Amino acid sequence: MPTEFFLRNIWLIPLFPLAGAATMLLIGRRLSNSGVSWVGVGSVGLSVIFAFGAILQLIARAPAQRVVEIVLFDWVPAGVMHMSSGRVVNFNAQWGMLLDPLSAIMIGVVTGVGFLIHVYSTGYMAHEGGYYRFFGYLNLFMFSMLVLVLGNNLLLLFVGWEGVGLCSYLLVGFYFLRKSASDAGKKAFVVNRIGDAGFVLGLFLLLNAIGTLRFTEIGPAIEAGGFTVGNGVMTAIALLLFVGATGKSAQIPLYVWLPDAMEGPTPVSALIHAATMVTAGVYMVTRMNVVFQLAPIALAAVATIGAVTAIYAASMGLVQHDIKRVLAYSTVSQLGYMFLALGVGAYTAGIFHLMTHAFFKALLFLGSGSVIHALGGEQDMRKMGALWGKIPKTAWTFMIATITISGIPPLAGFVSKDAILAASFNARPVLWGIGFVTAGMTAFYMFRLVFLTFFGESRVPHDAEHHIHESPGSMTWPLIILALLSVIGGWIGWPESLGGSDHFAKFLDPVIARHAEVIAAVPEATQRATELGLMVVSVAVALAGILLAWFFYLRKPAIPGALAKKSGGLYELVYNKYYIDQLYDTMFVNRTKDLGTTLGAFDVGVIDGLGVNGAGWAARAGSSLSMVWDKWIIDGSVNLAARIVWIFSHPVRMIQSGRVSNYALLIVLGVLVFLGYYLRLTGVTLHNVLR
Amino acid sequence: MVPIGHYIFLSVALLAIGIVGIVTRRNVIIILMSIELILNAVNINLVAFSRLVGSVEGQIFAIFIITDAAAEAAVGLGIIIAFFRNRETVLADEMDILKW
Repeated sequence: MPTEFFLRNIWLIPLFPLAGAATMLLIGRRLSNSGVSWVGVGSVGLSVIFAFGAILQLIARAPAQRVVEIVLFDWVPAGVMHMSSGRVVNFNAQWGMLLDPLSAIMIGVVTGVGFLIHVYSTGYMAHEGGYYRFFGYLNLFMFSMLVLVLGNNLLLLFVGWEGVGLCSYLLVGFYFLRKSASDAGKKAFVVNRIGDAGFVLGLFLLLNAIGTLRFTEIGPAIEAGGFTVGNGVMTAIALLLFVGATGKSAQIPLYVWLPDAMEGPTPVSALIHAATMVTAGVYMVTRMNVVFQLAPIALAAVATIGAVTAIYAASMGLVQHDIKRVLAYSTVSQLGYMFLALGVGAYTAGIFHLMTHAFFKALLFLGSGSVIHALGGEQDMRKMGALWGKIPKTAWTFMIATITISGIPPLAGFVSKDAILAASFNARPVLWGIGFVTAGMTAFYMFRLVFLTFFGESRVPHDAEHHIHESPGSMTWPLIILALLSVIGGWIGWPESLGGSDHFAKFLDPVIARHAEVIAAVPEATQRATELGLMVVSVAVALAGILLAWFFYLRKPAIPGALAKKSGGLYELVYNKYYIDQLYDTMFVNRTKDLGTTLGAFDVGVIDGLGVNGAGWAARAGSSLSMVWDKWIIDGSVNLAARIVWIFSHPVRMIQSGRVSNYALLIVLGVLVFLGYYLRLTGVTLHNVLR
Repeated sequence: MVPIGHYIFLSVALLAIGIVGIVTRRNVIIILMSIELILNAVNINLVAFSRLVGSVEGQIFAIFIITDAAAEAAVGLGIIIAFFRNRETVLADEMDILKW
């Protein structure tokens, strides 16, 4: 094999799932289920091989050379453009793939977790209709996501960005016969459009300001443009891009679509709405860190929105009854953590948490899918309980994921979450406080979920009780592998304060821009003692959350209900998601509908009524006038001419009797007339002749 | 020698019979026969004057006319048979589809 074979073929990585998707969506209907499984899983398997081959060969290079860019062709050669800033730009967006430490981590997570979820889906979806359609969409999603993380410019990233949005819509609405599912799909799509509007504006503004969208050129172009920290244009660009990120990554105020997106099949929730797509915003902000670094206001907004989203979503997760909805709010909350990390400049910590979160949240979703599978489709935790011994593999792996997300050392979630908390404690102590409280809430709601589902008394309806069964191997093996990753996945970023060397941060470090001014502004590195102290308190708060959950849901199960009654409406408020959906409905959705109704009325009344129908009426009136003219004047004159000819031809016509004898008689008479005339002229008479 | 007036008288008589036949009869075959009579009236005239003048041109014309009459009879009868096959009639006043 030639040297760096995989690095030179990174452009193939997205194409395998694309080929799989094309196969499914074109001829999938004719394939057997096992054929669909082989193509769908196999194509992603090839991507895994190429992706991890490329990652290993990238690591083998020296840290300074860890950038590989493969340009396939010029994609949008827009030529010379005159920007409003006065500069002349020769813009050319390429279809090119960029592999650097950041995209290496992303393709590792996307292909690795994606592959496990594909395998899981062959078990989970085995008895569902539209099996080939499901895998077609899933493969198409993998293609889009890989284009998103591998694209070498912001425009190509946007192609993937929209592609994953489309696949999310298709897969959330997979059971499209159920109205709630198709509504949820539409909601996801429309809410994402709002964010995308900001993203596109940011993209245009960036192009206008520096004249390139290619990642490798953005940094030098900004440098050359002389933009300084706090520059207004850069702040606007960063804020607009962040608007796009809030849509895709479900942050306040555009988080509302994610809980509803749980209408999709559970593997979709795991792949798209936990592990990969929703983290696209985190990836994008990290990718554009060179812009964000110049915009302290935007960074503050990112950090604040991240922290507020984290605690806000966690509070809603405390009271949900639907197992998947708890996990959905948990996802929103964890994404908030990641944005908190980005906002305080700890990009490596954010991406690190992205990776560990992909492991344990995918595991949680797949585990919940396994529970739902075992109970024949039940998602309400009030109808679960005491499943621990009945589905042991699911229960054990789920427990590991729960401990991980709660932040108990030495599991992966602890390492990445503490990296974020340590960074935010330095930069913004208030936001650290919020993150700290959220950590306790996370432990509480996750253990609440575990206790309600796997422990206590069984509240499973009697007829479902008999059918409880462990899921097949295709579903449990991905769980086991993800559980393993959830335990050890964090160790590559083991912090120096605990005697590690944080390989992860060192690997990712070259991607992060270092503006001279910014470096000066960053506070001194956290003292080791402070860091250790922070770890102790965050573990303590997690343990407190677990203890509280144990007390509430196992020891005294009556307490939560009584507390909810005593809370004086607070419980109702949180349970109903702070009525944000209703607020959005009243403020935006219904106003938009009103606008549509008004415009519709305008269409029906003015455009259709006055315009089209009026024109039609006028044309009809005109044509009836014209018809009178035609009928009486034009036709009349034609008929009159014919009638005149008819009248004058009458005597002549009478001769044409049609009788041969009449004609013969006329001939004879004619001959006699001419003969008589001739004889008269010549003076010959009958008498003369006979004489 | 028979005076020329007799020939002319015979000729005019045949012409008159022929014309009356054409004008009054409905049967096309009778009409054809009447035409033959008229042609023969002409022939008699030609031959008579040929003898009177003493040249043979009139008699040559008469032979031409007899030939012509034979051809005309053959064609005419053919048309009548063809027509009869279509309309099952030989009456001239029913042959009116070209009228107006």
